[in-house]
Amino acid sequence: MARLATIVRREALNSTVTLMEVDAPLIAKKALPGQFIILRVDEQGERIPLTISDYDRKKGTVTIIFQKVGLTTNLLDGLGRGDHILDFVGPLGTPTEIPEGTGKVAVIGGGVGCAIAFPQAKALHNAGIPVDVIAGFRSKDIVILEDEFRKNCDHLYLTTDDGSYGEKGLVTNKLKALIDGGNEYDLVIAIGPIIMMKFVCKTTEPYGIKTIVSLNPIMIDGTGMCGGCRVSVGGHVKFACVDGPDFDGHQVDFDELIRRNAAYKGREKEVFKDHICRLQQLKDRM
Amino acid sequence: MINQNPKKLPMPEQDPQIRSHNFNEVALGYTDKMAVEEASRCLGCKKPACVDGCPVNIHIPAFIAKVAAGDFKAAYEIIAQTNSLPAVSGRVCPQESQCESRCIRGIKGEPVAIGRLERFVADWYRVHIERRPPRPVSNGIKVAVVGSGPAGLSCGGDLSKLGYDVSIFEAFHTPGGVLVYGIPQFRLPKEIVRHEVDGILALGAELDTDTVVGKTITIDELFEQGFRAVFVGSGAGLPMFMHIPGETLCGVYSANEYLTRVNLMKAYREEYDTPIQHSRSVAVVGGGNVAMDAARCAKRLGAEHVYIVYRRSEAEMPARQEEIHHAREEGIEFHLLNNPTRILDNGEGSVGGMECLCMELGAPDASGRRRPVEVPGSEFILDVDTVIMSLGTTPNPLIRSTTPGLDTDRKGCLIVHEDTMETTRSGVYAGGDAVTGAATVILAMGAGKKAAAAIHRTLSGSEL
Repeated sequence: MARLATIVRREALNSTVTLMEVDAPLIAKKALPGQFIILRVDEQGERIPLTISDYDRKKGTVTIIFQKVGLTTNLLDGLGRGDHILDFVGPLGTPTEIPEGTGKVAVIGGGVGCAIAFPQAKALHNAGIPVDVIAGFRSKDIVILEDEFRKNCDHLYLTTDDGSYGEKGLVTNKLKALIDGGNEYDLVIAIGPIIMMKFVCKTTEPYGIKTIVSLNPIMIDGTGMCGGCRVSVGGHVKFACVDGPDFDGHQVDFDELIRRNAAYKGREKEVFKDHICRLQQLKDRM
Repeated sequence: MINQNPKKLPMPEQDPQIRSHNFNEVALGYTDKMAVEEASRCLGCKKPACVDGCPVNIHIPAFIAKVAAGDFKAAYEIIAQTNSLPAVSGRVCPQESQCESRCIRGIKGEPVAIGRLERFVADWYRVHIERRPPRPVSNGIKVAVVGSGPAGLSCGGDLSKLGYDVSIFEAFHTPGGVLVYGIPQFRLPKEIVRHEVDGILALGAELDTDTVVGKTITIDELFEQGFRAVFVGSGAGLPMFMHIPGETLCGVYSANEYLTRVNLMKAYREEYDTPIQHSRSVAVVGGGNVAMDAARCAKRLGAEHVYIVYRRSEAEMPARQEEIHHAREEGIEFHLLNNPTRILDNGEGSVGGMECLCMELGAPDASGRRRPVEVPGSEFILDVDTVIMSLGTTPNPLIRSTTPGLDTDRKGCLIVHEDTMETTRSGVYAGGDAVTGAATVILAMGAGKKAAAAIHRTLSGSEL
């Protein structure tokens, strides 16, 4: 039998980002921050990785948060409470390693990346490690997880590009200001758009602050078998699915990752156009 | 009457011009009449050498005699005694280096076409006999099988027949392992794999897909759940790359990725979502069967030119003769004694060509094959927009890194006792590519069988 995952909660966090809590007891039992799952929506579907946003070992549920960006995430978004995700595999990847004796940590999330930054902040906070969170968004209407972050960190700093909420500016400006203002971070964890992670790393490098990033390359199996998720780290080729998805951000070739993630861009749009009907079909079947 | 024809009866095939544009099976199989005619070439040796050449010791002359007599059902039953997947092995076994290499008829002519006959019998049975063998009575003993490729299916099938409660765990969403993600539809139709898997499930085995042992559940947890033995047939693992410049450009694939997109995810079919690059010109680096499969898929996806780039000569190619022959017929172009040195960027982060160096053969190396030596200054650029690396794999560390007590060799392959396939951890058995590194389907099946027999000996205290 396939590991069907029944959706027990579905919540639209903003117009393009959706939260789903699904019943997946085996994964919930094992999941740790930094790990991901691979899912397939239906028989014709592709396999896509999504980092685990939260898990509840008692209830046996796993939470995923995703942005509607392509065909599969749109199909997934079409599912509601009580529906099944056809295949749901995990927990995959190596959990985030927090070095023993780590002092203060800054967790930085950008946009939907906050969904993955959240379990990091929560785990650190629960472990009694001081955590500052900087969460950046384009504008007020797409802010997600504000309350959840507030409950799971020491200080939450919200920034928006247009200044419609929190402080106007980029997460990197805020980070630099906090460091220069005397905050001594042992570690920075940055999760968000590749370009944001790249510039967070550029910001922390002169200060010599270790910076962990969570990468999201294209994958198929998620167990090391296909090698599609290769990333260059410190001049070596790594497989994000088994060696990562966390890496030392100061070693990552971000520009290459941006290129590799765009490999199917043209084609996917074409497929998406042709397959709008699939969305309807999927809804009809429910 | 012995058929004295020194040659094998050819098996009908799709025309190369036509088949290089479709994913339908290349070989079409014998008709009943052809099978009887070919079977009549078998001398029925008293001491059949062919049986020794078969990793699962099929009673070859016995089943062929039944084919010659037109009793195809009886022929199938003989094969099924020792082989859980005859429709598969009849298609993908390298018979020329196994059973057929030992055939007496091969001394003065061509050997009996044992593989084609095995395939015929399995296909005949699938089409004509719907009834599955009865489900054995359960003995209540739980055995776990990790991986549903040829090793796992063969081990699980044998143990199910003996009445064990077998649970097969598969990481992918579809069972079959390399038979579904690796070997293309045109060599091994997936409907056939599914039928063989269903046959094993009909014996009572349970299948859990989407389960990555080592991640979703560990081997220790399986024992805690009451499994008395675990067989690990988790397959080959991580694809190797050359570590030359340009390997992370878009359009560079491992053969594993390329084949998985095409075969498992069905990227060749419009109604499936998984994308694949539709290439103009493709270089496949490597000379094994997997390289031939990748090249032939690329051709079928519409590439104008598909090159096999191999650093030695054809004589050293590890691929089966038949695969090389089929690839050539379909228009695959061979660049032999060429070694890639770097992959060029087209200016947009994708493949814009591949630089190669000519090689010549020097003295034999450790593998006994003549070592390729670079010819200085012989660089040239191959005009390609896609590169598929088919260089083999290294074992996946997922299970060994999460299972205490499993020892591996220097290459990371699981160490097993040769006679029992038991690993260095009591109760854990292993076979197939996880033990041998990349090898053949039939060797994996043989290992699964051997492990099943050993598990049965240990758990029941009796011989098969």
